[in-house]
Amino acid sequence: MVSAVGEVEPPSPILELHGVTKRFASGLEALAGIDLGVARGEFLSVLGPSGCGKSTLLRIVAGLTPPSAGTCRLLLDNAPGRIGFVFQDPTLMPWSTVTNNVLLPFRIAGRAGGEERATQRERALAAVRAVGLGGFEDAYPHQLSGGMRMRVSIARALVTGPDLLLLDEPFAALDEITRLALNDDLLRLWERHRPTILFVTHSVFESVYLSTRIAVMSARPGRIVADLKVELPQPRGRVTRTSAGYAAMCDSVSARLAEAMGGA
Amino acid sequence: MMNRPIAGLPIAGRPTAGRQMMTSRLGLRIAAPLAIGILFLALWEAAVRVSGVPQYILPAPSAIARSLWTDGPSLLGSLWVTLQITLAALAAAAVIGGLIALVFSLSRIVEISLFPYAVILQVTPIVAIAPLIIIWIRVPFLALLTCAWIVAFFPIVSNTTVGLNSADRNLLALFRLYGASRGQVLWFLRMPTALPYFLAGLRISGGLALIGAVVAEFVAGTGGAETGLAFRILEAGYRLAIPRLFAALFLLSVTGIAIYLVLDFLSRRLLRNWHESAAGEAEE
Repeated sequence: MVSAVGEVEPPSPILELHGVTKRFASGLEALAGIDLGVARGEFLSVLGPSGCGKSTLLRIVAGLTPPSAGTCRLLLDNAPGRIGFVFQDPTLMPWSTVTNNVLLPFRIAGRAGGEERATQRERALAAVRAVGLGGFEDAYPHQLSGGMRMRVSIARALVTGPDLLLLDEPFAALDEITRLALNDDLLRLWERHRPTILFVTHSVFESVYLSTRIAVMSARPGRIVADLKVELPQPRGRVTRTSAGYAAMCDSVSARLAEAMGGA
Repeated sequence: MMNRPIAGLPIAGRPTAGRQMMTSRLGLRIAAPLAIGILFLALWEAAVRVSGVPQYILPAPSAIARSLWTDGPSLLGSLWVTLQITLAALAAAAVIGGLIALVFSLSRIVEISLFPYAVILQVTPIVAIAPLIIIWIRVPFLALLTCAWIVAFFPIVSNTTVGLNSADRNLLALFRLYGASRGQVLWFLRMPTALPYFLAGLRISGGLALIGAVVAEFVAGTGGAETGLAFRILEAGYRLAIPRLFAALFLLSVTGIAIYLVLDFLSRRLLRNWHESAAGEAEE
């Protein structure tokens, strides 16, 4: 804990990617040599054009698909529930209520005694309230709007208290108003629990508004062409969107993105 | 419970225009076919009376009704025999068909190896193999049950197999992420996903089980103590008791409709909370 004057203690890494490459059986090369380190507590946006392999990168990090080459090292417990995943679609079980959907990670973990079961239920209900769905605990997905379903999906990802939260364009299918509201909700959740977030998006504004750091990816095969710190003050909110710094950052990120798409 | 109204959530206690429209539409659904039916019967009655067609060629609806009244009790007894075979066959089709689908979904190799034989069993005309089955299985009830089962099981197997393999890919990924076992994936994800498919198969199989039972009885032919409705139809045909034949046919169709309605009701009940086919009505 003791550090020399002027020296900042290096943040502890949670994820290290070295030369991660993904080639599909079809011959399609999705990722070409990704080097990326993520520190604990970071909110990192992976920004790139559609089809640049962003989602594939996320699936590799989650261990859902192996890289063709390179290494992906996660520095956290191997236990399930340390990683939360939110897909572009809410991906809910239509036959289960909101609460039961959120309880899924615990159900899978299984072997819970009566007392633990009650605690899990409490945590699920707390997660449902945390995403602003208090009162809808017993509703079924088909009774909810698209934005509310996405909130359920986020609650499910948060319920285990994950160290790493992977979000794969979670708000891309939502309308503007809902998306802005969910952006703010996500920021509040991140401020409160400080999980590490890996947020895949193709929206420049979203990435600048939300993240502490942005990795810009090129078109397929995806590689990281820029790694930018977002120095906008925390906590962020409506004021951020109208600040000069925000506009300047959006401008510079857009330029890098255009460069990546045109240059590559 | 709810602190704000949301779109799509039915608000209790407030009759809406939509709901009124729905009830009137429901009325129309019953009234319109009923009117057609009555008109048809009236025309039939009139045609028979005016033309003087003999009863053994085409009985008037009134004659059929009279036969239904006089032969009703004995016909109902026969119907009960046929119904027992039908329901037992349907139950066996649901259980065995469901299990076969489960095995298919667990092992691709088993599915590939056995599915063609299920198809063969399905496309073989039951009339052609029923005599063999009746010779092989000496207990008449079991023989008829087997015939009806062969006709009824396939829709359940094929539908449920598709259903078990239709689980959402992202949900499957999520289950893997949380370290779910194959059993958990099956129980928590594949089986609920397959439920609507299974129920759709069951609704088809309900009618097929009745047809299978009737066909098997036709082939088995023998009367004895346990005489099914199909044999009564044959017998009435031989004796030119055509009104009774029609009365038996009428009971048979009513039974088929009843089986369908019961299965339809069951499936709506089971799916009303979540499946689109059932949820659509609640949301209207």
